[in-house]
Amino acid sequence: MKAKIHVTLKQGILDPQGKAIEHALETLGFKNAANVRVGKYLELDLDEQDRAKAEVEVKSMCEKLLANTIIEDYRFELT
Amino acid sequence: MNIGVVVFPGSNCDHDCRYVFRDVLGQDVTMVWHKERSVSGLDAIVLPGGFSYGDYLRTGAIARFSPVMEAVREYAEEGGLVLGICNGFQILLEAGLLPGAMLRNDSLHFICRDVYVKVENAATPFTGACESGQVLQIPIAHADGHYYADPVTVASLKANAQIVFRYCMPDGRVTKEANPNGSLDNIAGICNAAGNVLGMMPHPERCAESILSNDDGRIILASMVEGLKKRRRAEEWGEISEVQGNKAVIPSRAEDGLKIRGGRGKV
Repeated sequence: MKAKIHVTLKQGILDPQGKAIEHALETLGFKNAANVRVGKYLELDLDEQDRAKAEVEVKSMCEKLLANTIIEDYRFELT
Repeated sequence: MNIGVVVFPGSNCDHDCRYVFRDVLGQDVTMVWHKERSVSGLDAIVLPGGFSYGDYLRTGAIARFSPVMEAVREYAEEGGLVLGICNGFQILLEAGLLPGAMLRNDSLHFICRDVYVKVENAATPFTGACESGQVLQIPIAHADGHYYADPVTVASLKANAQIVFRYCMPDGRVTKEANPNGSLDNIAGICNAAGNVLGMMPHPERCAESILSNDDGRIILASMVEGLKKRRRAEEWGEISEVQGNKAVIPSRAEDGLKIRGGRGKV
């Protein structure tokens, strides 16, 4: 099973990288782009056939290491 | 005193710390490789600055799982002095030994320059030789020094006087202009509730000798050493008046004006 994990800064936490990219997009003429947020994307193979167990395991990985839940949210999909 | 300096893969201020404690302050220093599982026999532990594990994932995120960190956690829980400088502070945050988290500097720049910090709490084992409100000039060198914590955590930091250093102007005014990285409430350094674990972004080990034209950092590191010596004297003389759990409360001595909080029961 493959886990695809997205880690992003929580809403309300300043994302200076996102702001810089937003300004760059604006300079390029993409005037409609707003609220750019930068995050991380991770994917990993999981040796687990049971989807429920895989969910528990990936959630635990996110809580313990992949995201710092003080400042970041995470979401993932299993395929 | 025997000061332990932890060396992670990517630490780069470990030798500076060793130099100041050993050659400037005349103490024994033990370099502790991150794979060690014991820190026994040490009088204090320093987590130095650098880029442990290349700052992969988040600053300090991987280093906190180094084998030595479990021993550092136990050492801190027993009341041992732990100082985290820059990347060391980031590791203490990731390890949960201090509350909050670090974000990228709001300017997105790596900032390497002198800043001024105001001593907000002169009653910690790290600031015993400082005056309350004293302004110190100390360099910073980081890209991720924007301290963040949720409002409840910040309120408890304030209520317990855990904010030890705040970025300020040379005259001590804490202003937005004095804040180099966007840090919440200009926070430059915090301690835990017991007062025995301190994390700070500025580098005191980089300004601890007058030949460098600035020795303000020496005050912080010397405070640690003097506090430890005093605690040892007090223990030898049986002067510990009260022991509450892990927290040894030692009567303060008027002659040197040092105050100690959260000392170790045994050294």
